[in-house]
Amino acid sequence: MFEKMLLGNLTLQAIPYQNPIIAGAGIFMMLVACIIMGSLFYYKKWTWLWREWITSVDHKKIGVMYIILAAVMLLRGIADAVMMRIQQVMAVGDSTGYLPPEHYNQIFTAHGVIMIFFMAMPFMFGLINIVLPLQIGARDVAFPFLNSLSFWLAVVGAGLVNISLVIGDFAATGWLAYPPLSELAYSPGVGVDYYIWALQISGVGTLLSGINFVVTVFKMRCPGMTFMRMPIFTWTALCSMILVILAFPVLTVTLALLFLDRYFGMHFFTADMGGNAMMYINLIWIWGHPEVYILILPAFGIYSEVVATFSKKYLFGYATMVWATACITVLAFIVWLHHFFTMGAGANVNAFFGVATMIISVPTGVKVFNWLFTMYKGRIKFTTPMLWTMGFITTFVIGGMTGVLMAVPAIDYQVHNSLFLIAHFHNAIIGGVVFGYLAGFTYWFPKAFGFKLNETLGKYAFWCWIIGFYVAFMPLYVLGLMGMTRRLNHYSAGNGWHPYLVVAAIGAFIIVAGIVFQIAQLIVSIKNREQYKDHTGDPWDGRTLEWSIPSPAPFYNFAVTPIVNSRDAFWEAKQQNILQEKTYEDIHMPKNTSAGFIIAMLSGLVGFALIWHITWLIIVGLVSVMTAVIIRSFHLDIDYYLTVPEIEKLESQS
Amino acid sequence: MTHHDADSMDIFGFWIYILSDCILFSAIFASYAVLHTNTYGGTEIKSIVNLPYVLTETMVLLVSSFTYGLAILSLYKNHLCKVITWLAATFVCGFTFVAMEIYEFVHLYMEGNNWQGSAALSSFFTLVGTHSLHVSLGLVWMLILMLQLLFFGLTPVMKKRLTYLGLFWAFLDIIWIFVFTIVYLMGAI
Repeated sequence: MFEKMLLGNLTLQAIPYQNPIIAGAGIFMMLVACIIMGSLFYYKKWTWLWREWITSVDHKKIGVMYIILAAVMLLRGIADAVMMRIQQVMAVGDSTGYLPPEHYNQIFTAHGVIMIFFMAMPFMFGLINIVLPLQIGARDVAFPFLNSLSFWLAVVGAGLVNISLVIGDFAATGWLAYPPLSELAYSPGVGVDYYIWALQISGVGTLLSGINFVVTVFKMRCPGMTFMRMPIFTWTALCSMILVILAFPVLTVTLALLFLDRYFGMHFFTADMGGNAMMYINLIWIWGHPEVYILILPAFGIYSEVVATFSKKYLFGYATMVWATACITVLAFIVWLHHFFTMGAGANVNAFFGVATMIISVPTGVKVFNWLFTMYKGRIKFTTPMLWTMGFITTFVIGGMTGVLMAVPAIDYQVHNSLFLIAHFHNAIIGGVVFGYLAGFTYWFPKAFGFKLNETLGKYAFWCWIIGFYVAFMPLYVLGLMGMTRRLNHYSAGNGWHPYLVVAAIGAFIIVAGIVFQIAQLIVSIKNREQYKDHTGDPWDGRTLEWSIPSPAPFYNFAVTPIVNSRDAFWEAKQQNILQEKTYEDIHMPKNTSAGFIIAMLSGLVGFALIWHITWLIIVGLVSVMTAVIIRSFHLDIDYYLTVPEIEKLESQS
Repeated sequence: MTHHDADSMDIFGFWIYILSDCILFSAIFASYAVLHTNTYGGTEIKSIVNLPYVLTETMVLLVSSFTYGLAILSLYKNHLCKVITWLAATFVCGFTFVAMEIYEFVHLYMEGNNWQGSAALSSFFTLVGTHSLHVSLGLVWMLILMLQLLFFGLTPVMKKRLTYLGLFWAFLDIIWIFVFTIVYLMGAI
C-alpha cells in the first residue's frame, strides 16, 4: 500500500533485466553516460559545461546542442532499423527470428518516433538556430530564454523515450499510436504513456520554437532586408515554423484526448461508449501531414543555398521558389486524408484529397526545375554539400513520383500499409530530409566551429548513404507490390520475399557504413582542425550574410548591423567591393540563465510521474514547474550591454 | 535596439501564442462537434444544459473583461492603486466564474453524469474543462501580477505583462462565447 503511494505503478519488475538485448542496450547506455560523466569530473569540466553550454542562450550553441541530440538519436534510430532488418532476414518459415513480437513492435515504434521527433526535428532546429539569425543579420533570436527552454524540453522528451528502454517498456503501437490499440484496454502497460509524455513535452518546446523563429524573422531582419530579399533557407524555415504553429496544437490536443481516455476513462477514441477511433486518425494526420512539410521545407531551403553557392550563380527563379514554398505551406493542410483513403470516407472525399495531393507535386516540381536551371551553365564545384544536393534531386524525384502514384485512391487501396508505402516515405525522408540536413551540416559546419570537414571522408559517407539507400529501399517497393505489409515480425517461406529482404538488409549495412564514415570524418576533421581552419569566414565563397562574419561566429554575431541592398547581399558586396563602415554601437545581449534547463527537467519529472501514476510526484512536480516559472518572472536582470571598447577589443582579436 | 522595439516584438510573439491556443481550442471544438451526439443511449447534452445558470456565468465573465479594461485604462493614467483594485475586481469575477463552473461539474457528477458516461459527455467535460483550466491559470497569473505590481510598481515590464494578460483574458472571453453558443445554446435546442 505504502509502496503504491510512493512509487505508483513502478515496481522492480519494470526493469527488464531478464531480456538480454534490452539489458545489454541499457547497460551500454549507462556505460556511455558514466564515461561521459566520469571524464567531465576527471577534466574538471562541469562548471565549463554549465556556464558555457547548459545555461547558454546563444542561438549558435543551442543549435550545436540540438545537432548533438539529433546525432545521438540517429544512432539509436539506426540501431533499431538494423535490428528490424536482421529480424526480417531471419524470421522466415520455421524460424521465428531473434526478436519476440512484443519487443519487435516496440522497436518499429521507437524507430519511427525517434527518427521523426528526436532526430529530424532537433536536426532541423539545430540548423535553423545556427543559421537563420545570421542570414537575416540579427544578433540573436527574438526570445533567447524560450529558445533554451525549447531545447531542454526536446532533450527531456528524448530522455523519456530512452528511459523507457530500461524502466518499463515503450509503445508497441506503431509511431502514431492509433487507437483502439493504444487505449488502455489493449495497451495496459506504460509504453503508450511514455509515448504520450515524450511527445507532449517535446511538442511544447517545438511550438515555442515555432513562435520564436516566426517573430525573429518578422521583427529582427536587418535594415534593407525585405521579405523578397531574404535568403531562401530563411524563407523555407519561416514557412516551416508557420506550419509548426498551426499544426502542433492539434498534436497536443490529440495526445491529450488519448491521455484523458487512458487516465480518466473517457471515451474519445475507445471502441465502445460512443468513442470514435477514426477521429484520432483524422486529428493526428491533420498534424502529421504538415509535419512532413515542416521537415522537408528547411531541407529545400538548404539545397537552394548550396546549389547557388556551388554553381556560382544566382538561384534560378527566386520568386517562384518563394511562391512554391508558400503554396506547399497552404496545401500541406488539405491533404491529410490521403494517409487513410481506405477508411472509406466516400468517393468524393477521396477524390478531393487525391487531387489536392497530386497538386502539391506542382510547386515541388517548380523547385526541382529551379535547382536544375541554377546548375545549368553554372561552374559547379563538386563539394560534399553539392553531392548531397544532386543525390537528393534524383532520389527525391523518384520518391515524389511514387507519392503521386499513391495519391490515386484506387491504387492506394492496393498498396495501403504495404512496404511500397514504407519505401515511398523513406525515399522522401532519407532522400529529401536527411540528405538535406547532412548537406546543411557540412555546409555550415565551418560557420559554427571555424574549420571545414574533411571532404574525402564526407564524399565516402555520401556514396555509402546513397547506394545504401537504393539497395535498402528499392527492394521494398517490389515487396510492397508483392503484397508484403508493414510491421511483419514473421512471414512464410513460400511467398518469395526472403531474397529481397536479404538485399534490403545489406543496404541497411551500407547506410551504417555511411554513418561510420561520417563519424570518422568528424574525428579526423577535429584532429586536423588547424589544417582545415577557415581563416576568412567565407570558406565556400558564399552569397548570404552568414559568410560575412568570422568563423566561428562571435557570440554577438555582427559587430556592426549589416545593411542590405539586394538579394545575396554578401555576394553583391564582394562583387562591387562594398565595405560597410565600421562604427560600433553598444550591443544589447541576453544573459545566460539556468531557468530553461530547470523548468524542462522539472517537466520531465512531471512526465515520469504521470507515466507511472505517482500522484504525489505529479503534484510536487507541477507545483515546482509553476514556482520555477514564477521565480523567473521576478528576475528582471536578464540582459546587459556589450560596450564599444569591448567590441573593439573582441573584433581586433579575431 | 531600443526597448520599445523589443516590447512590440514581445507582444507580437504573444499574439502568435494566442493564435496557436486558438487552434488548440478549435481541435477540441471539432472533437465536440463530432462526438456530442454519441451519447450511447445515455444522457443527452440537451438535458444537462441549465441556460439561466450558464447565462449568469457568462455575464460574470464578461463583466470581468470589462473590469480588466478599466484596469488597463488606469494603467495608462499611471494609477497604481486603481490598477490593483480593478485587477482584484477582475479576479473576483473570474474566481466566481470558475467556482460556478466547478459547482456545475460537481452537480453533474452527483447526478451520475460524469465524463465516463459516454463519448458525448467526455467531450463536453473536456471542452468546458479546458476553458476553465485556462481561466484558472489566468487567475493564478493575475495574482502574481498583482503581487509584482506591489513589488515593482508600474514599470514598462509590468505594463507589458498586463498587456499580455489582457490579451489572454479577452481571448478566453471570446472562446467562452463560442462555448456558450455551441455547447449551451445549440445544445438547448
